[in-house]
Amino acid sequence: MKKLLLATTLTAVALLSSAANAADYNIDVKGAHAFINFKIKHLGYSWLTGRFNDFDGKFSYDAKKANDSKVNVTIQTASIDSNHAERDKHLKGDDFLDVAKYPTATFNSTGYKATDANSGVLTGTFNLHGVTKTISFPVTKVGEGNDPWGGYRAGFSGTTSLKLADYGITYDLGPQSTHVELELYLEGIRQ
Amino acid sequence: MLKDTTTGFGWISIVIHWLMAFSIFGLFGLGLYMVELTYYDAWYKGSLDLHKDIGMLLLLALIIRIGWRFANTTPAELPGPKWEQLAGKVMHFGLYAVMLILMLSGFLISTADGRAIAVFEWVNVPALPWSIDNQEDIAGEIHEVLAWLLIAMTAIHALAAVKHQLINKDNGLKRMWIKK
Repeated sequence: MKKLLLATTLTAVALLSSAANAADYNIDVKGAHAFINFKIKHLGYSWLTGRFNDFDGKFSYDAKKANDSKVNVTIQTASIDSNHAERDKHLKGDDFLDVAKYPTATFNSTGYKATDANSGVLTGTFNLHGVTKTISFPVTKVGEGNDPWGGYRAGFSGTTSLKLADYGITYDLGPQSTHVELELYLEGIRQ
Repeated sequence: MLKDTTTGFGWISIVIHWLMAFSIFGLFGLGLYMVELTYYDAWYKGSLDLHKDIGMLLLLALIIRIGWRFANTTPAELPGPKWEQLAGKVMHFGLYAVMLILMLSGFLISTADGRAIAVFEWVNVPALPWSIDNQEDIAGEIHEVLAWLLIAMTAIHALAAVKHQLINKDNGLKRMWIKK
């Protein structure tokens, strides 16, 4: 009986501690310490940059069990902002994002492979413009630690390149502008 | 005769009426055409600029026209049943209202990010000091719907004028045309 009680207690402690170890972070969109930027070549002569202003998500990360990391992000496509209303209107229309039909883009990770202490390759399903594809791209941990206000934060960055036609966006922007670079800078607050 | 009188329209009203009528039809066609142009069409940028230039001049013309209407006597109603006269009044008020909102909505699309509209690279029409979320989309929807509505209303307006001219024979069309 004592043995059983001990075993139960140990199991409970183990469960509790593992729950505490699985560090869940909410992306700090409220404080705007997270950015989803994009850039695309303009005619092949320069870069045009913009961002999505409205998105949300969370991630799990534990430096000791980096390969268990998870991340989920949902982007409100209508929040695209390239600092030009006429262009944004065009980008939100059916030539590009068609936000009335596809109001969100989502990324849900399916795996993470650490390559060293602070970087790895993230794999997951990305849904954009109604098309879901599996993508992999390198991510880097920028840092983690206590913040000055009693919380604990961790931040990551990652960059990937998407071929617009793969997602059914076929408007001709020229031969130099078939791909868009996505840059993610996500800071999370540990829960 | 420059001013309107109880018996007919003066030159100023007639000139503004037709100038606006032709400009509006032109802008409607240009608007439908320009949104179909693609990135590598030579007139992709120029067509939109011209649409905005003429649109802002139209807004100015409309303001002058409304002011001129208040500053003048309005010509007497054409003879006809009460409901027809009322319908005419409603239509004329509607045309002014739809034109005004249509032109303002166009202005609100292009100025949603605070940019001014440089009319013929000559006069800057500044943006309003405030804007709303997704202003360019909301104003864009309104602009498109009202453009079609205005053309439909104009068609009824024109048919009514022709009907007055040919059936009632009361010079309903001619009184807005060249005086002998």
